[in-house]
Amino acid sequence: MAGCCFYAGYPITPATEIMEIMARDLPRAGGIFIQMEDEIASLGAVIGASLAGAKSMTATSGPGFSLMQEHIGFACMAEVPCVIADIMRAGPSTGLPTQASQSDVMQARWGTHGDHPIIALAPSSVYECLELTVQAFNLSERYRTPIILLIDEAVAHMREGIVLPSPGDIEIEERPHPTVPPEWYIPYADPGTGVPPMSAFGDGYRYHVTGLYHDVRGYPTIRADEVEPLIHRLFSKISRDFDHLQWFDSYYTEDARITVIAYGCVSRAALRAIKEAREKGLKVGLIKLKVIWPFMHCTIAKILENSPKVLVPEINFGQISREVKRVNQGKCEVATLNKVDGTILTPPEILRKLEEMYS
Amino acid sequence: MRETTHLVHKYLRSSKRFPHIWCAGCGIGIFMQSLIRVIDQKEYSKDDVVLISGIGCSGRLPVYVDFNTLHTTHGRALTFATGIKLAKPRLKVIAIMGDGDAIAIGGNHFIHAARRNVEIASFVINNQVYGMTGGQCSPTTPDGTITASSPYGNLEPDFNICRLAEAAGATFVGRATVYHTRLLEQLIGKAFEKKGFAMVEVVSQCVTYPGRTFGPDPAVAMMKWQRDNSITVAQASKLSEAERQGKIEIGILVDKERPTYHEEYQKLLRKKPKV
Amino acid sequence: MNKVEIYRGWCKKCGICIAFCPEAVLEADEALYPTVKDPEKCNGCRLCEMRCPDFAIVVYRNEESYPETDSSPGK
Ligand SMILES: Cc1ncc(C[n+]2csc(CCOP(=O)(O)OP(=O)(O)O)c2C)c(N)n1
Ligand code: SF4
Ligand code: SF4
Ligand code: SF4
Ligand SMILES: [Mg+2]
Repeated sequence: MAGCCFYAGYPITPATEIMEIMARDLPRAGGIFIQMEDEIASLGAVIGASLAGAKSMTATSGPGFSLMQEHIGFACMAEVPCVIADIMRAGPSTGLPTQASQSDVMQARWGTHGDHPIIALAPSSVYECLELTVQAFNLSERYRTPIILLIDEAVAHMREGIVLPSPGDIEIEERPHPTVPPEWYIPYADPGTGVPPMSAFGDGYRYHVTGLYHDVRGYPTIRADEVEPLIHRLFSKISRDFDHLQWFDSYYTEDARITVIAYGCVSRAALRAIKEAREKGLKVGLIKLKVIWPFMHCTIAKILENSPKVLVPEINFGQISREVKRVNQGKCEVATLNKVDGTILTPPEILRKLEEMYS
Repeated sequence: MRETTHLVHKYLRSSKRFPHIWCAGCGIGIFMQSLIRVIDQKEYSKDDVVLISGIGCSGRLPVYVDFNTLHTTHGRALTFATGIKLAKPRLKVIAIMGDGDAIAIGGNHFIHAARRNVEIASFVINNQVYGMTGGQCSPTTPDGTITASSPYGNLEPDFNICRLAEAAGATFVGRATVYHTRLLEQLIGKAFEKKGFAMVEVVSQCVTYPGRTFGPDPAVAMMKWQRDNSITVAQASKLSEAERQGKIEIGILVDKERPTYHEEYQKLLRKKPKV
Repeated sequence: MNKVEIYRGWCKKCGICIAFCPEAVLEADEALYPTVKDPEKCNGCRLCEMRCPDFAIVVYRNEESYPETDSSPGK
């Protein structure tokens, strides 16, 4: 539905099903599927296909996501649209291949070396997997940047009924294409939006693509007056649109004395817990994050101002809670609830914590 | 044959500063000239040629030439090449790698690209050293050689790149040195024509690191060494294993037909698979 | 007669063209740049041109002695 026509991947639990479905369905849709020799190769092929004009994706889990980091940085630097689904399992190392986790939140943010902007989305239901995957492609095309889908194993393997939108109702975005003739094309010049138009290899606009810092023509440079504008543009093309990336759902937050901030499968348990708490008369609410990176500072700051207490439950040692605390700066009390035993947080566990905090 | 002046005007990027960055007498420049001369002979449209490289001195080649050019990550050129070729099969996809690039860090991609038989014309510039990082030993550095990372002599035996490509299933395998420019151009031409994964090992000189032990005129001395130590495939077939030791076997080592990944995939698409 | 031209701006004085010219047409000058010592002797083989890593030497052949049909590189 998003227009993806190229998939390259390597099997890994719990992401293998994505690959198997692609292997089955892409050839029927005229797209290209290829199983590569590892995850580095997978993302390399995806970036290559995208440079040739194809909307491309791959999917993996922790160990494979670690291997992909160098190419995530390449896609950031060379501004190549692509989508990477990371189905999170518990690490480090081989960890717990079959158990759900949210422990790649910081890897998604800082996994590749060097300063770089990143966009990561976290669905919490089957419908959101569809919705946010389409959005991931749209954002990657719009900003010419890799987009990470952070999906915990529980959501990734979830089965629930959804009503599919009709394809006409889905808005599909394409990367900006050059409108000037090839001899005028300056591949990395800022057209004002921060996102240079992108020509596919073979379309008559010959240019150079590199992971080195480059000038507006794409040629390697170490000149300070060319290096700095590039890294600033890479950040600003996304940060200037921060307002459009405040994707979250809020439940019962108006009068909440405790606001839960959660994402992925934990947000589902939290919603159940909050409904039960409300029945018991507790004024509690939930903010469910759909965009993880860039972190929604302003949105979260407002919540922290209006809610005396905040709870950040996660199935990791506390990764998003650090961001919340950073934004908080002492405004209110931020509590965490972390589970790292390979099982998911349940509604009673969250409810118990809420009750504890409420008294 | 067209003169270099023609090649310079037609194929070198006028917006790049020349002379290029490679050291005086480095073989990569000789290969670059051979490469574009053959592209010129074949009359490929510049818009349809994609030149992909990894990281290393050899990785700096694409930036100088006016094609669709892609300077990827160390060792991974073939993975990007695979994606490009499959997504747009009409493109002429050429991958340029160093010996460390292709055979050490990229060894896995190298054997699988050959096995899969994606139509990529690939060239490994074998200077038997990590040039860009300052002369450490590579998987093709001969046993016993003193390098920056083997100050007491290299403890490892070297890889035979062509045999590796052959064993992995490459449909065209050839070897030339930059001294043997005419042979080199023939092999480049054959690699371009091949429907399948073609690999040419280009034995080259790094004048700055291994060249240090070759006296005051390292480029000349190293090319003389190439000249004096090369034997043709036909000559080699008459020699024993021991006699072939230390010789560079040049010429065509493999030239065969096998369906490419793309052809197999097209067959699958035509079948319109149903579940 | 064939004409050999050297572009000093790009030449890095590596000596390859001089060392491998089959007719010893070229020599190094005081600054070590190649120069044409014996233009008469040049056989137009173009090996110096093909082996120059820096695109810095060009051989213009006398097309009378080298008809177009013969202009592809030999075996
Ligand atoms: C992942 C990674 N590891 C190491 C390097 C550092 N590095 C750059 S070039 C190079 C070796 C180059 O040797 P080779 O591939 O033989 O190319 P040459 O410079 O000899 O042409 C290395 C190790 C790198 N760029 N990336
Ligand atoms: S270091 Fe060696 S390989 Fe690199 S440009 Fe110099 S001579 Fe060539
Ligand atoms: S081969 Fe080229 S760079 Fe080297 S000396 Fe001759 S003209 Fe100069
Ligand atoms: S064309 Fe041949 S003979 Fe003439 S100068 Fe060059 S190498 Fe020597
Ligand atoms: Mg090398």
